[in-house]
Amino acid sequence: MSRQGSYVIDDHEKGIFLLDRIVHVSEDVLRDEMKNIFAKCWIYVGHGSELKKPGDFHTRKVAGRPVIFGRDQKGVVQCFFNTCRHRGAIVCADRTGNARRFFCVYHGWSYNNDGDLARVPGEEAYTEAFDKKQLGLKGPAKFENYRDFWFLNLDPNAPSLKDYLGKATEYIDLVVEQSPSAKMEVLPGTQEYAVAANWKLMVENSVDDYHLPSTHSTWLNFMANSGVKMEAPTEPNQILPTKGYAVDLGNGHFTTDNVNFRGRPVAKWIPLYGEEAEAEIADIRSELVERLGPERATRVADTNRNLVIFPNLVINDGSSVTIRAFYPEGVDKMNVVAWALGPVEESESARARRLDAFLTFYGPGGFATPDDVEALEMVQKGLANWSDDRWSEMSRGMGRSEEEQLNSDEFHLRLFWRKWDAMMKEEA
Amino acid sequence: MTNTASHITRADIEDFLFMEADLLDHWQLEEWQNLLTEDACYYVPPNDCLEGSHRDTLFIIADDRERIRQRIIRVMDPNCHAERPKSRLSRIISNVRILETDGDLIKISANFVCHRFRRYERGGEYVGKMHYILKRNGASFLIKERRMLLKSHELGSLGSVSFIL
Repeated sequence: MSRQGSYVIDDHEKGIFLLDRIVHVSEDVLRDEMKNIFAKCWIYVGHGSELKKPGDFHTRKVAGRPVIFGRDQKGVVQCFFNTCRHRGAIVCADRTGNARRFFCVYHGWSYNNDGDLARVPGEEAYTEAFDKKQLGLKGPAKFENYRDFWFLNLDPNAPSLKDYLGKATEYIDLVVEQSPSAKMEVLPGTQEYAVAANWKLMVENSVDDYHLPSTHSTWLNFMANSGVKMEAPTEPNQILPTKGYAVDLGNGHFTTDNVNFRGRPVAKWIPLYGEEAEAEIADIRSELVERLGPERATRVADTNRNLVIFPNLVINDGSSVTIRAFYPEGVDKMNVVAWALGPVEESESARARRLDAFLTFYGPGGFATPDDVEALEMVQKGLANWSDDRWSEMSRGMGRSEEEQLNSDEFHLRLFWRKWDAMMKEEA
Repeated sequence: MTNTASHITRADIEDFLFMEADLLDHWQLEEWQNLLTEDACYYVPPNDCLEGSHRDTLFIIADDRERIRQRIIRVMDPNCHAERPKSRLSRIISNVRILETDGDLIKISANFVCHRFRRYERGGEYVGKMHYILKRNGASFLIKERRMLLKSHELGSLGSVSFIL
């Protein structure tokens, strides 16, 4: 379906922004998204630290495609389609492991971990035109990393990852700078949860601070019970105890940028961490100041941000660091995968504190994520009335200038929808 | 094995586990808290790292006693949207084994199936192995550690673990 019109009404004069609810319920829209969004954008695959040794691999489904994310014998990070060149079976059924070769169980073709076709049983039965060199595992058109965050792109004409990320790299840098050696690692243990809702609702939810007081009152209550100061907002339009902004990073990327009140493992102590942690957090902070200077250290330690890399990667650099990616599994279902990220040199106690802080909010057993999941599923339920109640209202904050857009406004959500809408209109 | 522990039979353990299951199934969480020691922990490891420690591995749930107390405050709050209305729960516990006794501590394991029904008839079966460390408490026991190991390859389809598993 090619489309002339917009899925949004974007009326700057009146300050009204409306979203056509068909975007969350239509099979045609999802089909177009796979072509216009997921086959055009850089899509997150994994972090280099997940592949410690040559031969290490993970199989995962990235934007509907089964891939092998691995490190070959030479140490090069690779991404292949998990599809045999012979008849198409997956060549690796293990979720994770270490292998020199991937072996197709159907007819026994095997591939080296750099993708080359290594062995074909009964090779003499083929003509000279059969060229093993041309039959290595295929991969995405492009596969690049920024600071060990690896992304694939299915479009051979796509810009480089660095150009695509643009200003978002500054916010990835703020994450990486939490490590003295600028090396972050994904910690063992993966959280996964399916949500019976359209995938784009998770984009909105991940950066929408407007919903915190209503959706997460039990979490705010828990923070207060744990001795964290939850002062009433002091300024007009402010929702949370501290002020935060929404920032346009270009190319459909955006972030919230908040003064922290909820604690940070690097490095802002809150009573929840326990008195015994105070000295260690002070040490972590001194190291930051020494390495980065006081101003930059304050930037790293005293602000938190939820970063969206268009279209489906979220880095929550908050009370812990979360990498969250989510993929559509139909119009009304998505799978969410979340990992915890930490500095490689973190002490045993700091690591434990980071993981504990993660669980206070995030994940299927956290004190907040389950209520987010519920809220998104309630949206999807309500959207069954989409054809008779067509538009979602997303105008919050439109009367103010771009510099005055708060984390609790809908400015950043509109950025996503404008970019998405523009891409959906392009000829794929 | 000590003499005191030798009196414990599988039926004693089963009686205790069945009673606990009833309290959890019926959301009698204040009564359930009375079954915990003051240093009790509750763990649900991630399904891709069942043997990991919560201190270096990202768990689904890793509660100390205070966090359990807070979890119950949260889940009983009408604003805990994920559990409103409350999931209907039915646990089946079987294959109970006494693995080890050490003074007044008893390590046990059992298989469980926890059927969960939410509104709109969306439900799920949480299937796994439970590992407890029990502490003798007169004629009965207290729970010092409960570790719930989920068998599924992927937790995704089960959704949130917003009740006490």
